[in-house]
Amino acid sequence: MVTAEQVWAALEEIPDPEIPVVSLVDLGVIRSVEIRDGHVHVEFTPTFLGCPALEFMKRAIEDKVPGADVEVVQDDSWSTDKITAGGRAKLREAGFAPPAPRLVQLQSQVHRCPYCDSTDTRLENLFGPTPCRSLRYCASCRQPFEQFKTI
Amino acid sequence: MNELLLGLADDELVIGWRDSEWTGIAPMLEEDVAFSSIAQNEIGHARAVYELLSDDADALAFDRAPGEYRCAPLVQLHLLEWAHTIARRWLYEVADEIRIAELMSEVPVAAKINREEAYHRMHAEMWHERLRDEPRFQAAVQELWPYALGVVLPEQRAELAARVKLDEVDAIERGTFDDSFAALHEEMTMVRRSAPAGAQW
Repeated sequence: MVTAEQVWAALEEIPDPEIPVVSLVDLGVIRSVEIRDGHVHVEFTPTFLGCPALEFMKRAIEDKVPGADVEVVQDDSWSTDKITAGGRAKLREAGFAPPAPRLVQLQSQVHRCPYCDSTDTRLENLFGPTPCRSLRYCASCRQPFEQFKTI
Repeated sequence: MNELLLGLADDELVIGWRDSEWTGIAPMLEEDVAFSSIAQNEIGHARAVYELLSDDADALAFDRAPGEYRCAPLVQLHLLEWAHTIARRWLYEVADEIRIAELMSEVPVAAKINREEAYHRMHAEMWHERLRDEPRFQAAVQELWPYALGVVLPEQRAELAARVKLDEVDAIERGTFDDSFAALHEEMTMVRRSAPAGAQW
């Protein structure tokens, strides 16, 4: 019989459709995995409500864990604080500045360049190629970069 | 409560549609991206609320007659020139914040919407700071002000007036329709009306 650990391991192999360096588990969108009477039940929390990748993620879970019942939880339980430490490191390596923790963001407006670690960066556009990203520019290494928005 | 939520969803759908009309033609590339992204978010919010209200969100969103929509007249206005477009965004976001705050404790998805709206508010506020001393922008705000009051409930209007520093006037209420709304409805529902029965997306 399939175990919850096996399901988590399988879900770790599903890349985010738009930022494939991180998995759905890294992104923190899998709220729970339960096995009830041999039946897999996965709770999935959307990131941004307008994100076209949501349907894709749900289908990817259903494909990866055949027979799983995927429940989309439309509440406020996901925030960027749910992105794991490993997920943040992977984002940074791929040139996406990971979102600052909400508490930090409320107290400071510091945004660090993912390439050179400088904080001498400026906002170019609050909005970027997907709902979750802003565009910034690093004055130190003169590199534009994408900032994952803190929400 | 359902009436309030339907008004919220219809507002978000229609302003999302109107904002998306700037895709490709906004006066700056940054705003082209911003308006497209904001529109995408707003329509996503509409969908989440329609899903809360009905098992068939598309039917609720697109199968009603134009006169059955509950959107505020502010969001219906068609392709306003830039000063009016920015004035609408700013007024809408302030009004929306007041309305959402009231819903958050009872409707979990409203709290989620609120998180994302924070970025729309920042965008609107940046533009407001830039333009607030411009006579053209001020005139646009004055013109749209009765419409903005129609977004919130009567008991929320004093707060809205205080937030935007304008005197309360008679609101243009929900249930009234701009002349352009029938054409918008025709356009919005076209894909759904044209799809063959049983088509899957």
